[in-house]
Amino acid sequence: MSKVILVFGQVRNSEPTRPTLECLSLAAGLGGDVHCILLGTGAKAAAAAAGHQGASQVWANEDASFDKWDLAAVANTVDAAVKSTGAALVLVPATTHGKELAGKLAARHSAALASEVIGVSADGDGFKAVRPVYSGKVRATVKLSGSPVFATVRPNVLDVAAADSSKTATVNDLAAGQGDSRIQLVSVETKGDTGAVDLSEARVVVAGGRGLKGPENFHLIDGLATAFNGAVGASRMVVDAGWKEHRYQVGQTGKVVTPELYVAVGISGAIQHLVGMQNSGCIVAINNNPEAPIFKVADYGVVADLFEFVPKLAEELKA
Amino acid sequence: MNIIACVRQTPDTETVIKINGAANGIELDGVKLVLGPYDEYALEAAAQIKEKSGGEVTAVTVGGEKAAETLRHCLAVGADKAVHINDSGADDALAIATALANQIKKLPHDLVFVSNKGTDSDRGAVGPMLGELLGLPYVGLVTEIEVEGGSATVSRDVEGGAKEKFKVTLPAVICAQKGVRGEPRYASLPAIMKAKKKPIETVSPEGDLASLRKVQVEKLEYPPARPPGRMVPGESAADKAKELVRLLRSEAKVI
Ligand SMILES: Cc1cc2nc3c(=O)[nH]c(=O)nc-3n(C[C@H](O)[C@H](O)[C@H](O)COP(=O)(O)OP(=O)(O)OC[C@H]3O[C@@H](n4cnc5c(N)ncnc54)[C@H](O)[C@@H]3O)c2cc1C
Ligand SMILES: Nc1ncnc2c1ncn2[C@@H]1O[C@H](COP(=O)(O)O)[C@@H](O)[C@H]1O
Repeated sequence: MSKVILVFGQVRNSEPTRPTLECLSLAAGLGGDVHCILLGTGAKAAAAAAGHQGASQVWANEDASFDKWDLAAVANTVDAAVKSTGAALVLVPATTHGKELAGKLAARHSAALASEVIGVSADGDGFKAVRPVYSGKVRATVKLSGSPVFATVRPNVLDVAAADSSKTATVNDLAAGQGDSRIQLVSVETKGDTGAVDLSEARVVVAGGRGLKGPENFHLIDGLATAFNGAVGASRMVVDAGWKEHRYQVGQTGKVVTPELYVAVGISGAIQHLVGMQNSGCIVAINNNPEAPIFKVADYGVVADLFEFVPKLAEELKA
Repeated sequence: MNIIACVRQTPDTETVIKINGAANGIELDGVKLVLGPYDEYALEAAAQIKEKSGGEVTAVTVGGEKAAETLRHCLAVGADKAVHINDSGADDALAIATALANQIKKLPHDLVFVSNKGTDSDRGAVGPMLGELLGLPYVGLVTEIEVEGGSATVSRDVEGGAKEKFKVTLPAVICAQKGVRGEPRYASLPAIMKAKKKPIETVSPEGDLASLRKVQVEKLEYPPARPPGRMVPGESAADKAKELVRLLRSEAKVI
């Protein structure tokens, strides 16, 4: 298959983000001619990594204006590349920015868009995708007709192939598209906890529930997350009680996470929580109630009082 | 302020989903259909903004006969009017966005709300598509919104720990995240009684929706079952911690 598969890459600290590498790996595995778009500061530096991941062509624009999100400008820029490359498939990380970009462009092209896919395969002339539906209770295989087709790829599900430094991409300039004066980015505030790992991209998530009894005890979760070098998550009970902001919530009305390791502490395991984490690689549950439903999805269950166990675990990890 | 809230009827989140015999849909018998949990937050935001600045909230849905029940509920929790775009064709984001856009173009609209995602469709696709089809600015996953004069100031969290704040000229399409304006209100008895008298307009979808359904479900299956887990042995918390770390390092190899 020599069709062009175009990946919309995201750049952070002059590197392609992990979800971008996942998209590139997926594209390379499909055997097409992989192109990658990289925008903003560090785009050209990030191109090398995209090449090692299998992109033959990188379409880059280093203009710092791309560091501040402007959906219309990005959409117009990417649209030009979709057209000029004649891409058959456009892969976009299913992030906040990626999802609005893919939806906008798919509508502009009156094209098929498969959202939050966890797999794509070639199917004759076209593509098929696998995506979780009903909050992950079911998986759907969908056939995408027409060309181009779009897919947003759920972060942290797919593997990243080993980088091959003998492979390089040709870097091309991509002209910036028009913005939309009706949307103005007023500010980008970085939270106090940047540097800490992002929940939806984390390899390890340590989540706390109502078993912690109060916000004053949440430092136990923070400490354990640090010991695991992971991100912090929370059940809805914790969020609704105001101990943590909604962006920490895991579950049906929070984030769906698929880290390599998910540690649930003092979380009962209600269905709405499970659908947000049950596809994690390895699940550890810590709960003092041996009957807690969370144990049904856990690979390793620990029946213990979290106040006693969590500090011991953090200690053991540092040892 | 004329506000449109695009709402979706979905199975209650507690529902055990059963795949049908043909493996191309789910069994709907006995499934309780409700207003989408995220749409509840969007509708609450719409109602609060209207209550402050005046105007009307119109709930709009695309769906089969049963979808009207969800609109009736919307009328009890903040909507003044409702439009039911009666369509029982396959659930496809582009077809839904097109049907919505064609209808909304005919309605006065300063602000159009969608929400994060259907908890059944798991897409978050209809919103940005609708923005494009209406030719309006779109901001996804908004956690805060203030409307002042002809514009809205909205904030949202993005990956990497940043919070973006935008000023958007109205009309615009805004996608609400959970809690954008606090907890959704309950349908009180008087509100339910009043809702019965509010109008639901039923219309047929405009446009050739069939030709837009380019994402076809071929097969549904259950995700692979997780292998059974086990309890970590140990007398004391310290023993268990030691054993767990050993298992994670040498058996699961995740740390
Ligand atoms: C529409 C809808 C959407 C929802 N969406 C979500 C969602 O996105 N995410 C989500 O999480 N929930 C969601 N929920 C809520 C969900 O149903 C549960 O209420 C919630 O997950 C429970 O949170 P929890 O496990 O922290 O609290 P609880 O259910 O109260 O569990 C606390 C657990 O802590 C254990 N415990 C107590 N003390 C200790 C101790 N000392 N040591 C160890 N363990 C202890 C208890 O045994 C118990 O299992 C949703 C509900 C609805 C209706
Ligand atoms: N059938 C529908 N009728 C009206 N609005 C819908 C419909 N489906 C989805 N939406 C809106 O679009 C949002 C995203 O839906 P989805 O792309 O299906 O995840 C929902 O939260 C609703 O606000």
